[in-house]
This record gives sequence, C-alpha cells and structure tokens, in this order.
Amino acid sequence: MLTRRVLLKTGACALAAVAAPPRFLARAASAAEARRKVLVAVFQRGAVDGLSMVVPYGDRDYATARTSIAIRPPRGGDADPAQDLDGFFALHPALEPLAPLWKARVLAVVHACGSPDRTRSHFDAQDYMESGTPGVKSTPDGWLARAVGTRSAPGSPFRAVALGPTLPRILRGDAGAISLVSLDRFDVRASTEAAVARKGFESLYEQSVHDLLHGTGRETFEAVRMLKSANAARLAPANNAQYPRSRLGESLRQIAQLIRADVGLEIAFTDADGWDTHVGQGAEQGQLANRLRDFGASLAAFTQDLGDRMGDVVVLTMSEFGRTVVENGNRGTDHGHATAMLLLGGGVRGGRVYGRWPGLARERLYEGRDLAVTTDFRALFAEVAGRHLGVAKPAALFPGWTGAAPLGVIS
Amino acid sequence: MRGRLAAVVLAALCLVRAGNVLPALGAEPAIPSDEAAIVHALSRLGFGPRPGDVERVKAMGLASWIERQMEPQRLDDRAAEQALAALPTLTMSIAELQSKYPRPQAREKAADPQMSPRALYDRPPPENRPVRIVAEMQAARLVRAIESERQLQEVMVDFWFNHFNVHAAKGEVKWYVTSYERDVIRPNALGRFGDLLRGTATHPAMLFYLDNWLSTRPDFTVRFGPNRGKRAGLNENYARELMELHTLGVDGGYTQQDVTEVARAFTGWTIDRPREAARFVFRPTTHDRGEKTILGIRLSAGGGLNDGERVLGMLLHHSATAHFIATKLVRRFVADDPPTALVDRVAATFRATDGDTRAMLRTIVTSPEFWATDARRAKIKKPFEYVASAVRAVGGHVDARAGFLLARSAAEMGEGLYGAQPPTGYPDRAEAWVNAGALLARMNFALALTQRRLPGVTLDLSPLAVDRAAPETTLDRLLASLLHGEPSAQTRSVLIAQLTNPEIRRQTADDRGPSDTDVEKLAALVIGSPEFQRR
Repeated sequence: MLTRRVLLKTGACALAAVAAPPRFLARAASAAEARRKVLVAVFQRGAVDGLSMVVPYGDRDYATARTSIAIRPPRGGDADPAQDLDGFFALHPALEPLAPLWKARVLAVVHACGSPDRTRSHFDAQDYMESGTPGVKSTPDGWLARAVGTRSAPGSPFRAVALGPTLPRILRGDAGAISLVSLDRFDVRASTEAAVARKGFESLYEQSVHDLLHGTGRETFEAVRMLKSANAARLAPANNAQYPRSRLGESLRQIAQLIRADVGLEIAFTDADGWDTHVGQGAEQGQLANRLRDFGASLAAFTQDLGDRMGDVVVLTMSEFGRTVVENGNRGTDHGHATAMLLLGGGVRGGRVYGRWPGLARERLYEGRDLAVTTDFRALFAEVAGRHLGVAKPAALFPGWTGAAPLGVIS
Repeated sequence: MRGRLAAVVLAALCLVRAGNVLPALGAEPAIPSDEAAIVHALSRLGFGPRPGDVERVKAMGLASWIERQMEPQRLDDRAAEQALAALPTLTMSIAELQSKYPRPQAREKAADPQMSPRALYDRPPPENRPVRIVAEMQAARLVRAIESERQLQEVMVDFWFNHFNVHAAKGEVKWYVTSYERDVIRPNALGRFGDLLRGTATHPAMLFYLDNWLSTRPDFTVRFGPNRGKRAGLNENYARELMELHTLGVDGGYTQQDVTEVARAFTGWTIDRPREAARFVFRPTTHDRGEKTILGIRLSAGGGLNDGERVLGMLLHHSATAHFIATKLVRRFVADDPPTALVDRVAATFRATDGDTRAMLRTIVTSPEFWATDARRAKIKKPFEYVASAVRAVGGHVDARAGFLLARSAAEMGEGLYGAQPPTGYPDRAEAWVNAGALLARMNFALALTQRRLPGVTLDLSPLAVDRAAPETTLDRLLASLLHGEPSAQTRSVLIAQLTNPEIRRQTADDRGPSDTDVEKLAALVIGSPEFQRR
C-alpha cells in the first residue's frame, strides 16, 4: 500500500518511489488470468497541441517558433515549472499530477504520432482515427468495435462502453457497445410502477427484427439488468481519489466504477473536448493549461482510484492531429499534423518517450509547417490491441495496412 | 387594395404550381395524395402530425399544403407567437442583450479577488444571467417546432443553423446567437443559399465562433487597446470551415494553400465594438492587400473588401457546392444514404436557380425517391425531432416554460440545441443517435410526457381512453392516432398483452389517480416504441 500511496503523491516524495516498482505491476501478473484486461481510450477532440502537452524544450527551434506561447524549459525556482521527462521533453506544468506516474514508469509518451493522411479537417481526421482507416471513409465500423469482435465473447453487455450521450464512431459496429452518460440514471424511470414500464418497453424491443433500433434496445435492457445487480453506481472512489468535477472526471470516475464492479468491461471510451486553440492558447497558464489541468488530474485520480486494479488497465489517449509549429496571428495555433499520445497503466513500459523525433527545423516540417508523423497511429493502436488486449492479429484491425515493427511500449 | 390583389395573384400562382401546371415541375405526377403520403410529408417536412392534421391536409390537398409551407410568412401563426411572447430576449438587439444580460464586471472581480469565474457568472439572479439568452432560444425552438403552423420553415431553420453551426457557449457568441438565427438564418431559411452564405460570413456570431474577427495580415501590429504593440496575423479557422463545411465539402478539391489564401482574403472582416452593438466591419488596415490565388483564380492586389466577396461568389458558383448542399438536403429529407440520382437533380436545381432552397425542395418533394416506399419511416428522428413529434402526436400544447424543459430532454438524448461544439454541427444519420443511454432517455421522456410530469405541457389523453368493452378496438384507435402507419404485428401483440396486465387495466379511480392511467401507459409505450423513433 505504501508504495502506491507514495507513487500517487505529488512532487519530491514521489522520487522515493522510483526505486521500487509499484505493487500493482507485481500483482497484475497473478491476477491477469482471472481478470480481463481493460483498455480505456480517451479522445482529445479538437486536436491537442502535442508540442505544449509534451514540450520538446530540447529542440532549439521550439522556443523561436512560438514567441508568446512556448512553455519555459524546466528549471528550479519557477512558479509552475514544466516537468522534465528525459532532458529533452517535458510535461506541461498543468500535467504535474502525472509526473509521479512517469517517475514510477507507468506513464509513457509516443511523440510525433499521427495519421499518414494529410487532412486537416477535424471531422475527417477523427473519422480516420476512429475507423482505423486513414483516407478511407467507407469503413462501416470503428477499430475498437473490431477489436472487441476478435475476442471470444463472454457475453457481458458491458464489454464495450462509451461514456457520453452518443456512441462514438470508434465503437460503432457489431460489438454491441453501449453508451451512457450516467450510471445512476441508466434505467427506466417512471413516477409509479417503473418495473411495469420497463417490462413493456423491453417486450417492444425484443422483436426479432434485426435493425439498429431493436438490436440496441435488446442490449440496453440486458445492460440495465446487469447494472442493477452489480450496483456499480454505489461504489465511491477508493484511495481518497479526488476526481475533478468535469465531464472527463465524471466519465473516468464511472469507468472506474464499472471496472471495480466486475461487470465484464474490456473497452471503455470517453472524450474530452476544448483543444481547438486557434486563439489565445496560453502558455504555463491560460486556456490550454486549464484543459490540461483537468486532463492530468482526471487521469491521476483514475489511477489512484483503481489502485492495484490498474495493473489490468491501459489508458490510451489520442487526438486527431496536432497543431502548427509556428503560432498564428492570435497567439494560438492552427490545424497541424503529428501530436503526442499518452499511455498509462500496467504493462506500459513507462518513463520513456517513444517514436523518432523528426525535429522542428523548418525543412523538417510536414508541408513546411507542421510536426511530421514518424509513428503511424495504427502502429501504436495495433500494439496496444495485440499486447494488452491479446488480439491475435492486431494489424488486421486496420484494413489496408500491413503492420509495422512494435514500438515496445507495452510489455 | 393593391396588396390584396398581389396576394390573390400569388395564391393563384401557388395553385397553378400545386396543380403541376408550371413547366418547372414538368409533367411528373409528382405529389400523391393518399393518407400515408400525408403522414410521410408531415413527418419529413414538419415535426410530425398532431391529432386532426392528416384530415386537415387531406381537405386542402397535400400539394396545396406543401406549397403553403413554402410561403410561411402567409400562414397565420398566432398560437406560436403568443407562447413566444414570454421570451423577451428573442426580439432584442445585440446591444440590448449586452446591457440587460451583462457579463461579470471587472470591477466586481476586483472587489472580491477570490471569486471564481463561475461564481462571478452566478452572481446575478438566474433571469439576468447571460445563459438566459441561450435558454430562451432553446425554448423558442421547441415551442415553434410544436406550435408553429410554419413547420417547413422550422425544419429549415434547424437544417441551416446546423449547417452554419455556431456554438453558443463560446465567448461572445451567446450575445450574438439570437440575432444570428433571427436576422440571418430564419429570413433566408427558404431563400437563397448565397444570402445565407454572405449573411453568416458577415455576422458577428460566425466571425467570432470561427475566429475570423481576429485574423489580420501577417505583419500587423495592434495600434490601440489592451493589446497595443502586439503583433497579430493570420487565422485559418474560418477559411477552412467555409470551404469544408459551408460550401465545397471536404472533398471539394481545395488545398492547404487555398485555405491560407482564403484566410488572407478575409483578413479585415471583423467585428466593430464587439461588446456593444457588435456589427460587421471591414478594416482596411488589417487586410492583406497582396495578390492571392484561390482555386486557380488570381485575385489581384488591392482588392480590399472585394476579396472576400469574390471568394464567396466563387464558392457559391462552384459545382462542388451545389453537390454538397444537395447531398445534405437529400440526406435530411430522404435517406441517410442519399440516392445519387436525386442528389444530381437537386444539385442541377441549385445551379439553375443560384441556390434557391424552395426550388431545391420542390425538386425533392416531386421526386419518386422522396415518396418511395423504402423511404417511408426510413429516418431515425433526431432528439429534437423526437421530442417535438412526441408532444405533437399526443396533441400536447406548450408554453415557454415547457420549452426550457423539453430542450433539456433533447439534450439528455444527445442534442443540446446551440450546444454543438464542433463546426460540423450535429450529424444527420441514424447511428449517431441510436444507442443505449439515448434510447432509455427517449423511453423516459415518453413516460414523463404521458404521466404529465412536464410542467407547461398540457395534454388531454381522454379522447384516446380505452373502452373497457372493446379494448382491442380502442388500442387500434390509439395506434392509428399516434403511429398512423401499420405497427408491426409484434408491437400490436405486445400492447394487447399489456391490456390484460392488471396494472394497466385499472378501470376505476383509486388512490393512484383517475381511471384513465391505462391509456397513459399505453401511450408511453407507443411513444417509446421502435416505430415512433422513425419518421
């Protein structure tokens, strides 16, 4: 217990924890047989500026490209210092809650990661990242739905869950994924005789019609019944985890409840928006810093809440593209190309930035303006699907792609 | 006298058109007139039938009803207007809204430096907070969808607002969005695409939402105000979305270079006094005077305001725009996967009429694709459509207070009005709206509606009351009234089974309420049924 507590505390104490690996890693090995692995995907919609999230302060072209929004390099004495990672990269100061996880080697970064497609349309780029087929719009389902489909079915309606009012593209398909905003409110609610109404609706959707509506209806009632018996919504956060009162914090808190309630969750998805910082992006403080503070605190609270159980879990963050290297006329950034993605959890070979750094010198930039992609997002996603979820042929989740050498970010 | 004569002539023209005599409509036997067709039209061109609507449309003829919908200003709309009178912000100017629903003042902040931004916004009483403006707009949308006779106009307001989406929660937009919808979207909802395009391009709501108001020539240095001495420059946000989402479509053949050049053309298009009257202004000092090349066309140096105007003209007349708009219209009115032949014909109408929405809609409603059997009930209702159609189906009437609540219901199902954060707006495809949580929210709405738990919604289900002697006959009456089409055999048998359920067949008043509870439950099941999710 001591190890994890220390690990999850902030600042200097955490350094002490580096010597011993967190206990959940050790426990994970024995528990893994009994418990399924869980992947939690977090989509930063709107294109997060990877250069501010994981700052390449060691690249001498970084500060010159950004006259008002560059993050100061980490050094002692600063009020809100960037968190040095490896002498070249640093975490944005607002991501300070994640620094202890880096030091404990459960947090990894893949930088200069993104899509081979050149689009700078939010909509298309998100679509490609979720379908897993850059440049192809006709793919009917999402790659996480396909990942669920490749695994033997244990029959839980909670195998794949999206937190939010709509089912995202990434989980559309035959996976039977469900979406919900609130575990508390996930039921038929009537002023009287809710059970009668539930039964009535359930019969209406039980019809042997195979369309989206009826299929969804059947899955819904299965899930309602299971959630009732598991009573997941009653589980309070453990280990004094304090989630921010934000949409992302709420989503991750409820994902943790589903994991701890053992309802058979394998893939969870949630998104966080507000990353489209065309104007007044800010540096150590400001618009982007506020979003990152919520992001980091939510992920840290989730890790703390799950405690040992985090050994079965990998959190993967993604965003449709990055932003221009040079800031625009409004102290913001426009749509770019590569960005940074984070991995957190058991089985992550953390404490390292993965991917080849392409450099920020002008001649190295994609189309003369953006961070170039050196890691195809499919390489990262396939490795997570293969090594963490145990998908047998992970490259096949991405039609039209022949695969790539693993990064080694998942053990 | 003269006005009257003009009205008569116009009416005559409408009749001629409705009778398919004008060459524009050709010799197609375009518009059927059977009841199923009427239900289809009411569900696609409006927010679904109210009790009695089918009979009313039948009496005047479906073709004539459609033509009347094309001229909304001539339809008496007092019922809706009366309900809207309780929403004072709808008629206010931007300047009035800014002064009556002020932002937290810097000096209040100074008085209490500990106060969080949230707390500052929450200081005034709720009815004076800026969020009230957007809440009133949401309520108005619901009130109009339910009460207005101008159904097609409301459908098109929804369509065009979503096409030219702005997010009310972003910065100043909340003070601008009332005017944006009232002065740009609504008057042109059945008008010309070019007017919408130029109207949105020059409205403070769009200028702010997509950041163009801040975009300047690259070497511009701010000369006045708090940012004095700071360098400004180009912002691509509007330029990109203008081509991707408003006109050409993402595959419309433009490049990153075009995006940058269009952004240069629109430098100087900004907002005058954004925190007061907030009007569009062209500022030559921030405009990039250099030469531009856009989609292969050269704009010579020194074009000034005309640069942006020319870009709008080029985009309006680009064939990709006609195709893109046609695709979205056909998706909205016919099917998630729009039939390509119809898209081509609507695009041809766009090109022939300079983007006349009425003409494009006529092409759609006179097409065999629109009336095809497999197009009937092929669309899943969006949450907004579902909520409005449910209230209409049970003959409900709403006041402004109900509008607030109903808007919240639609938001729970995933469609918060004026709340779409990305510039794409909300999707218009089934898979975006059908999912576990949203389906439960729909069923719960059906229960709340029929159990009268929505203050401000008045409805009387007694005409549908179950006749104890002949429960199946009454059930059929209820199904006919709410669903209008043939429900599936299984839906009917499920509901018949419910009739034998003692909880539902309670026939006498008791401490749980009057004896007509049974019809409430049946109506809730029908409104929550798979069939009612379709239009």
